[in-house]
Amino acid sequence: MSKQEFTITVYTENQIGLLNRIAIIFSRRKINIESLNTSPSEVESVHRFTIVINETEDVVRKLCRQIEKQVEVLKAYYNTNEELVWQELALYKVPTDVIAEKVKVERLLRQYGAKAVVIRKDYTVFETAGHREEIDTLIKALEPYGLIEFVRSARVAIIKASKGFHEKLKEFDQAEPAEEVIENEFLDKQDEVFTM
Amino acid sequence: MSNSTILDAAETKKQVAEAPKTISGSQAVLEAFLAEGVDTIFGYPGGAIMPIYDALYDYTDRLEHILVRHEQGGIHAGQGYARASGRVGVVFATSGPGATNLVTGLADAMIDSTPLVCVTGQVFAHLLGTDAFQETDVINITTPVTKWNYQVTDATEIPSVLAKAFYIAKTGRPGPVLIDITKNAQLQMFEYSGYTPCNHIRSYKPKPTVRKEYIVEAAKLINEAKKPFVIFGQGVILGRAEKEFKAFIEKTGLPAAWTIMGMSAIPTDHPLGVGMLGMHGNYAPNVLTNECDVLIAVGMRFDDRVTGRLDKYAKQAQVIHFDIDPAEIDKNVKSAVPVWGDCKETLPLLTDLLEKRDHSEWLAKFRELEKKEVEEVINEELNPSTEILTMGEVLKVLNELTDGNAIIATDVGQHQMVACRYAKYNNTMSNVTSGGLGTMGFGLPAAIGAKYGAPDKTVVAIIGDGGFQMTIQELGTIMQFGAAVKILILNNQFLGMVRQWQQLFHDKRYSFVNITSPDYVQVAKGYGIEGKKIDQRADLKNAVKTMLDHDGAYLLEVMVGKENNVFPMVPQGCGVSEIRLK
Repeated sequence: MSKQEFTITVYTENQIGLLNRIAIIFSRRKINIESLNTSPSEVESVHRFTIVINETEDVVRKLCRQIEKQVEVLKAYYNTNEELVWQELALYKVPTDVIAEKVKVERLLRQYGAKAVVIRKDYTVFETAGHREEIDTLIKALEPYGLIEFVRSARVAIIKASKGFHEKLKEFDQAEPAEEVIENEFLDKQDEVFTM
Repeated sequence: MSNSTILDAAETKKQVAEAPKTISGSQAVLEAFLAEGVDTIFGYPGGAIMPIYDALYDYTDRLEHILVRHEQGGIHAGQGYARASGRVGVVFATSGPGATNLVTGLADAMIDSTPLVCVTGQVFAHLLGTDAFQETDVINITTPVTKWNYQVTDATEIPSVLAKAFYIAKTGRPGPVLIDITKNAQLQMFEYSGYTPCNHIRSYKPKPTVRKEYIVEAAKLINEAKKPFVIFGQGVILGRAEKEFKAFIEKTGLPAAWTIMGMSAIPTDHPLGVGMLGMHGNYAPNVLTNECDVLIAVGMRFDDRVTGRLDKYAKQAQVIHFDIDPAEIDKNVKSAVPVWGDCKETLPLLTDLLEKRDHSEWLAKFRELEKKEVEEVINEELNPSTEILTMGEVLKVLNELTDGNAIIATDVGQHQMVACRYAKYNNTMSNVTSGGLGTMGFGLPAAIGAKYGAPDKTVVAIIGDGGFQMTIQELGTIMQFGAAVKILILNNQFLGMVRQWQQLFHDKRYSFVNITSPDYVQVAKGYGIEGKKIDQRADLKNAVKTMLDHDGAYLLEVMVGKENNVFPMVPQGCGVSEIRLK
């Protein structure tokens, strides 16, 4: 199985120290986290981690189970890029005089859908949102014109097939695992859903 | 009594129970312990946990505190207590070095799924992060080695946090929990309105939902199997599913082998028991792992010491894996049928679906290979032809005298493998050993804890001359509190297991395995513990009998062969069926 980019989406309680607990699951196996974002989720009080790594599916599946095992983690999903809509945000600081003088730069920014966030006499800050490759191409394009500062955010991603976490959460609110044996909805859905 | 009186009485009772009273955070910790049925605490005081120890002063009639000699001893004792009793072990340590001394025990308890609640003191909340005296970032240090940990800075949180701690430690796949409480929270007075045990945490599902379809599938595989083989681990003991497990293997006569952690879940002389798996396990179960057609793993995690080389492990077999922890499924060995769940619930469902089959021919194959092992290894180990004593014969004598009814706590190394290979067990929870982490120094303190966990049982600590010197200070704990632990030192004047490897795989280049010992009998005497040292076969039986019959703790040192090896052995990097008899 070859390595590819996977995005892991983790729904959690909001708890100090949980970031570390999740991060060490990767560092323990010497896996580099390409990008990590924490944010609120569609459900109030539930947090959402978005983690991007480059690994084989086998390893990613095991990682997700280890993550889900943590007491404060509700659920961990993993997806390939095809299964996601995602964006990263980037900020570029460039000298204002260059932009003012060089028509090419203006065209470039327009082409990439960059917006000016701040315009000052000495510098201008542009932002773009998009996939990493798009952002990276713009850096390359801007470099010859004196890119002063650059920063890119972690990936945020929406799972195309997800129906949101509201319904899922109800399962966790049940008092205890059912005493009686029930037919399990997760059967044969291993690749999509993990459960504890 | 009229209805109204009953109501009144109920009302009054309710009010009494809920009447808020003002207590300190420290008292709240101890109240939680009482509510959780804790009877014994292993601990060591220090600056940052002093308020809790001050409160403890008024609880000594209800809580027994054992003052250990080192926090590592304390946590291993807590583990021994938990393993022998099936209850949660409770440990106290102070901040900084006290807390860091717990780390080895936490890692051991984590990997061996031992339920513990450790409470550490911490500096005042306003000093956190200032490099204050005895401040260390305990939460972050212990995160990888705890099932859950939490820092309390406000006393009002204590009842609910401790309720969660006990619930998490003992449910699902058990494990160690550490609660770090800042000194201000210990001192803080707050309105206490009683203790409510925890039985639900939204994000924590201790038991996976049982998937009946997979049980049906598992039953089908087993019913069709010609050579089914059951391997089981500590999950059977932790799930208290010994009875269900026995019923399962007995229904259709399935041969069953145990991992080191699963040992004693069924009596070692059970007619379907075929011995121990793994690197120094028995010959038959290792060889036949690679011959069975259906491998049924129950509550075990395919540790590398059990599987040897993974790509040569049971490749011919369909694997059915019972485990409560979904993260274990397909972690090391891919299963054809995963059965997630508590084996106390899943096994009976499976047993119901099993059809009676005759596997006596298959079982006979195990016995045949067992005979080979007896002839080539066991006979010489138990009845040596030379004058030099072997570890195995010491175990043989111990078995005769305890009849398999003792709890045996071991340390780590050759003596541990020999003890696990030859010890006889009739009762569950009798084998207290450091399986996953292999912690030298575990044996003595764990035996002390086991004695408190099972006071009516004889507890024998079998320890090598290396490991004993790692936690020898706990003799002081025995001296002060009188735990009647029988200490059996098997002294081969070497760090034997490392020496064995150096002999077999490093051309006999004995690099720092030659370890000297003090006069253990004198050391014991210094601690007021009776002892004896022997090196003659003629003295063995009497000496072991004296040790067992002695009223109280006793130390027996047996000098055994210096360069004896433990066999069989699956060499590292080899498949299980490449197990060597010599």
